[in-house]
Amino acid sequence: MGRKILFITTDQQRYDSLRCNGGTIARTPTIDALAARGINYDRARPQNVVCMPSRSTIITGQHVTTHGVWMNGVPLPEDAPSIAETLHDAGYATALIGKAHFEPLLDPFLRFRENRLGFERVTEPTSTHRGFDHLEFATHGAAGPLHYSQWIRNEHPEHVGSFYAVLDNELQVNASGGGDTNAPQVKMNPIPREWYHTDWVAEHTINWLNSLPEDRDWFCWMSFPDPHHPWDPPQSEVSRVNWRDLDLPEGYIADTAERERIIDGKLRHLRGWYDGTFVSNYEAPSRWVPASLTADQVREVNALVHVENELIDEAIARVLKAVDDRGWTNDLDVVFTTDHGEFQGDFGLLFKGPYHLESLMRLPLIWSPAPSAKMQPARVQTPVGLVSLAATFAHIAGVERPEYTEAARLPANDGESASLGHERVFTEWDSVLFGKIVRLRTISRGNFVCTAALDGTMSRRGEGELYDLANDPLQHVNLWDDPRYQATRDDLLDDLWLNMPVAREPVRAVDAPV
Amino acid sequence: MSSVRRHAFIECDADTVWHFISKMDNLHEWFPVVSTKVEGSKRWITLASGITFEEDILLVDHDLRRYQYSIVPNAIIKSHLATVDVIPDGDSRCIIVYSTDMDPEVLALPIGGAAGEGISRLIEKFGRKQ
Repeated sequence: MGRKILFITTDQQRYDSLRCNGGTIARTPTIDALAARGINYDRARPQNVVCMPSRSTIITGQHVTTHGVWMNGVPLPEDAPSIAETLHDAGYATALIGKAHFEPLLDPFLRFRENRLGFERVTEPTSTHRGFDHLEFATHGAAGPLHYSQWIRNEHPEHVGSFYAVLDNELQVNASGGGDTNAPQVKMNPIPREWYHTDWVAEHTINWLNSLPEDRDWFCWMSFPDPHHPWDPPQSEVSRVNWRDLDLPEGYIADTAERERIIDGKLRHLRGWYDGTFVSNYEAPSRWVPASLTADQVREVNALVHVENELIDEAIARVLKAVDDRGWTNDLDVVFTTDHGEFQGDFGLLFKGPYHLESLMRLPLIWSPAPSAKMQPARVQTPVGLVSLAATFAHIAGVERPEYTEAARLPANDGESASLGHERVFTEWDSVLFGKIVRLRTISRGNFVCTAALDGTMSRRGEGELYDLANDPLQHVNLWDDPRYQATRDDLLDDLWLNMPVAREPVRAVDAPV
Repeated sequence: MSSVRRHAFIECDADTVWHFISKMDNLHEWFPVVSTKVEGSKRWITLASGITFEEDILLVDHDLRRYQYSIVPNAIIKSHLATVDVIPDGDSRCIIVYSTDMDPEVLALPIGGAAGEGISRLIEKFGRKQ
């Protein structure tokens, strides 16, 4: 018997949402315990700050330019490399339960297999999908063809309308508000907690684990759709955090003039979004103007996110207990992370988009190795990327690092970082949405994060952002044009252009908005 | 309103490709829909998801090798116009161009994606560059 792997992802979760990372509101004792006995990465970075490209990096171990999913709506080919397939071929039972999103969600033609599996309620197809034997999909509500939506429609049809309607009548991401503050994408959801997707994902994970023979090695990707918007957790749980009691987040700049001065120091498309004149990411409501966001709306959204994060932590606890009941704990590796971050009020913004700021770029990442591996707990300061996860899973399974992966496994401590080649991390953004073009290339190295714009609608090559995270963790001062940092900037850019993988040609077509 | 366009070269003469795609009742043989029904200038197509669109066939021009159709407005679709052109490129090669103008604009993307898949099927059927 080898080591079993429980890979837990959330969607759109901030680094500082966890107590083990300095969070003070949501109670996350289960994840904190994983961090305490494992390896907690302080500067984990996504290779893209929206779902489909980031998740494609996780499963392929490749940068965005290599796997080719350059924006949401571009499907990852079914025959793309997959660490799940590598593990399956090595004898592992494999499952993905929850949010996949390697293929577009808006798919009226049902062209994509993930949607067809849900529509046909197939959980164990005759041939694996991306290397997974067992698949049960969920996303952020009861709409669409995926398994959770079908389950709600069949078992609890009275709750189909309980969730926030993610899209409006024109199929744009909904801007309508709710809750006490009329914040966008907020709704009080009367669904009982046990029928909400967080508990559904945990319950179905437990069911799958309990179906396995005692001596089977397994890899399970348990993928929670929360705390991604819409913010509509079960109403019965909302009283856990009273939004009126919350302080505003450290990254929220209360003074409007000061906030706008700082925003104006960054690449211009951020100000365009803030003013509502340049919406380049479909997932941010196009009819919502960030400049209209109030302090109370920030508080209420944050309160709901904290509630969702507590529910996730409690769901993980139930799964870990089920694993323990099977006697597998000593051989269980748990890896916890998310696909990208969320503004949650930083700079007066919500959601995410083409902005390579720490709100979206600094992710929770915890590797809690199997006790049988006898690895030491550590806190790793070196920047690492989600691109390293595939090689890490292969390493845990005792499988040679697959040739298709582009990054070494995660280091077990800072001392290992250099020998494994963890010196820099790349993050890319490309979007072309109804004539609005944004292209960014970013390198994170040492205490610096440096973003170069490529030619787009509002930016030109030669423009960018540079931040010294040691002295300016809130990223208020863009050093790009500061003569004192010119050598640092140029050195980072040389590193970026020299080492970032070259973009594949031809560029794949966008088949959906998301 | 938004526009999308997909195109590809097909290693086959334009008349052969046009003869196939200009049959209004065989859309499901190359486009990712599950059934097609035609009555006069009306067409109904059904998607795998069970959605049915009623369409008006606006133009079938055998000289230009162009046809146009429009989804009849419904609760979601405010306006739609699709244009399919087959343009010769010499005697044994042609280019197929599928364009859609659409409101709401978001739906143009999955329709464009479906058109891309349909064109790929035509390439498989009629030949790709050796």
